Amino acid sequence: MKGRNVAEAVEFKQIGSSPVRPDGVDKVTGRAQFGADINLPNMIHGRVLRSPHAHANILSVDLSPALEIPGVFAAISGADFPGGTLVGEASGEGGGSLDDIAKNVMARNKVVYHGHAVAAVAASTPRLAEQALRAIKVEYEVLTPVLDVLAAMEEASPLVDENNYTKLPEKPEKASNVANIGRLERGNLEEGFAAADVVVEREYKCPMAHQGYIEPHACVASIDESGRGTVWCSTQGHFEHRAATAKILNKNMADLKFVATEIGGGFGGKTVVYLEPLATLLSEKAGRPVKMTMSREEVFRATGPSSGTVARVKVGVKQDGTVTAAQSWIAFEAGAYAGAPHMPGAMSIYAPYAIENFVVETFDVLVNKPKVAAYRAPGAPQAMHAFECALDEAAVELGMDPIDIRLVNAAEEGTQAPYGPKFPPIGFKACLEAAKKHPNYLAPVPEGAGRGVAAGFWFNVGMQSSAEVNINENGTVMVIEGSPDIGGSRASMCLMAAETLGVSYEAVRAQVGDTESTGFCNVTGGSRTTFATGMAVTQACEEVIADCKRRAAMTWGVDEDQVEWEDGYAVPGPGVNADVNPLSLADIAGKAGRTGGPITARASINAQGAGASFSLNFADVRVDPETGKTEVLQYTAVQDAGKAIHPAYVEGQMQGGAVQGIGWALNEEYIYSEDGIMENAGFLDYRIPVASDLPMIDTEIVEVPNPSHPYGVRGVGETPIVAPLAVMTNAISRGLGKRMYELPLSPPRILERLDEDA
Amino acid sequence: MVRIVLSEQLAGFTGGERELSMEVDRYRDVVVRLLARWPKMHASLERTAVAIDGQIHQDALDAPLRADSEVFFMPRIEGG
Repeated sequence: MKGRNVAEAVEFKQIGSSPVRPDGVDKVTGRAQFGADINLPNMIHGRVLRSPHAHANILSVDLSPALEIPGVFAAISGADFPGGTLVGEASGEGGGSLDDIAKNVMARNKVVYHGHAVAAVAASTPRLAEQALRAIKVEYEVLTPVLDVLAAMEEASPLVDENNYTKLPEKPEKASNVANIGRLERGNLEEGFAAADVVVEREYKCPMAHQGYIEPHACVASIDESGRGTVWCSTQGHFEHRAATAKILNKNMADLKFVATEIGGGFGGKTVVYLEPLATLLSEKAGRPVKMTMSREEVFRATGPSSGTVARVKVGVKQDGTVTAAQSWIAFEAGAYAGAPHMPGAMSIYAPYAIENFVVETFDVLVNKPKVAAYRAPGAPQAMHAFECALDEAAVELGMDPIDIRLVNAAEEGTQAPYGPKFPPIGFKACLEAAKKHPNYLAPVPEGAGRGVAAGFWFNVGMQSSAEVNINENGTVMVIEGSPDIGGSRASMCLMAAETLGVSYEAVRAQVGDTESTGFCNVTGGSRTTFATGMAVTQACEEVIADCKRRAAMTWGVDEDQVEWEDGYAVPGPGVNADVNPLSLADIAGKAGRTGGPITARASINAQGAGASFSLNFADVRVDPETGKTEVLQYTAVQDAGKAIHPAYVEGQMQGGAVQGIGWALNEEYIYSEDGIMENAGFLDYRIPVASDLPMIDTEIVEVPNPSHPYGVRGVGETPIVAPLAVMTNAISRGLGKRMYELPLSPPRILERLDEDA
Repeated sequence: MVRIVLSEQLAGFTGGERELSMEVDRYRDVVVRLLARWPKMHASLERTAVAIDGQIHQDALDAPLRADSEVFFMPRIEGG
């Protein structure tokens, strides 16, 4: 990016403030339109018939009994989808191949998890649609499911997909449940472990956990008889949802307009399509708009959770805390289709540290469970949980402070990241130093409690973004972005536009454009939107400034390069002999007709130079030895955000990620019966934290600017969920005086551990 | 000479060779030369990210290289 050196741009007028969020009032008053709030004339209701088996061949599907019911307008099954193999990949970690996404949307010859879609109907009422589902006849040949990741890796395991061969340069002779293998290595492990004074070798397990967004998946499709129409949906990326839907249905992408509604959480789980192709096809067949919404049970049974993992870690450490060698082996559950985030896990596990000798091997393994989807920093929480716990155990053995052992090994600018390149400026050491000085860390550990410490990391990404900036006649500013606003991007875009143009925050409005209103944007994910879409907005604003300077020059009769832009005004440059008054954006916009017409600019970019974000979290917890319940006494999250554009939103991301990570650590898990049926598919039995469970999460934002962004942004949404898993394990282990190795650290598991030595 | 380091996955196509040196001034030329030598790498190369002098690019076709640049191929990352 040209034009601004963040190191010099320390005195911002708008950036770094936390104005009231523009969508807040609508959301608390119920005016905001979420996916299920869209209603159209003559709209009918779609429902999905889901497999009662975790693994079965589909012998036949008879839709005719459903279609005979008055009020049922359409019914579809796998046979209604275009044949052939789809080429290409869906977005996001866990996105996988489009061909797999198509089969996940609607099973063809085989169901591969309990809850897999087998057929769908559209009827005049939801109740009639449910009745129609019961009328559909499906014959199955039930197969043995494989649910355990280690069992699935064995040669004798039932195959989830008989056509899955481990992806290697040379195709293996036998099919396997292992879809992909990853490996990173450097140095010499043998020499590294020989140099160690302490070696810790452990196995850790993390369960599948759901993103737990409050709004279930929902959409409305209105397709006319020519196949053209509009789809409103709750999505992290309406452009990519449009592309996936068009490809799965073999439709012309230009015939479909996708509108992103307000979204009640996504966390990666709304980067892939589930209902949208079904509603589109049903609407086209029915000739009416079709609304489809999932129940919470369907969300649990059929939408992407994170991967469950088994991780084996060995770490060697010298007396002074230096890590001399690290070796890891991690099996990731992919669910029923390939696409577990095993490589991000491999690339992140040692990322905070400068380690000379290491190996990490990862495996993407099919099991008869829902296909995983991205979940905040996909792959990193599970992988780093294992290493951060082993490192903590080494620190205990050495008698070292857990922050000090991380300081000894901390990566910094110039350190070669385990995944290859040398780090540009990063803020991990700054986070460690800030945490060590934090009043919560300086305070003694409460009696009977344990304090846990762990690091977090995410790469952050750039990718493609578009934005438009239109200047209204009175000088107010309209920003149109193509990134769905999940974590406050409208406020952030307004702040960056206001800062760049030199106007007030209140003079700027932002809205999310549909796929026909603005240029392509990749999904809101990967902590990329404030970084990448913010770059596009800033660039468009700089074009507006250049245009305004040109118009001022025209007005004053001077050369364009004799005009400067200061605090929202065109002013004559130094030495220019022009007896004129500065022109505000409103002055120029009010007379735009005389200087060339409306003032508008756009930018479409593939943003490069995303900056990694590191964190250090710590917490004090106390376990009740009678019940096994863990009470979180304090939790502190320290994270390098780069420049925090809207600090309150940054804190919200840090707090939200911490709470989700604490939930994953303490209670959340998928519980399956032997035949592969999830037994806790609801929030009563799948326990996410609620406000009364936790103290206020304390935050400290560290700001080490990303030199590749005009305002120093790194991105904040992913990193906060990474550390809490190990923070909880380490805190409970230290509090109990017994190491814990398997999540969740639920009361039964803790009591079982306490009973082991009793 | 620009230092090129292939990912483990790409090294699967080179018989294990991971580090190369090239006299090139654009990333595009790195790709052209790799594919000329190992054509089977094409599909994997399309799905890879690259770090040039520490800065990660998802698509870097036109990126300039210095004589002492370091080019690391790495798996593409997106996120949630």
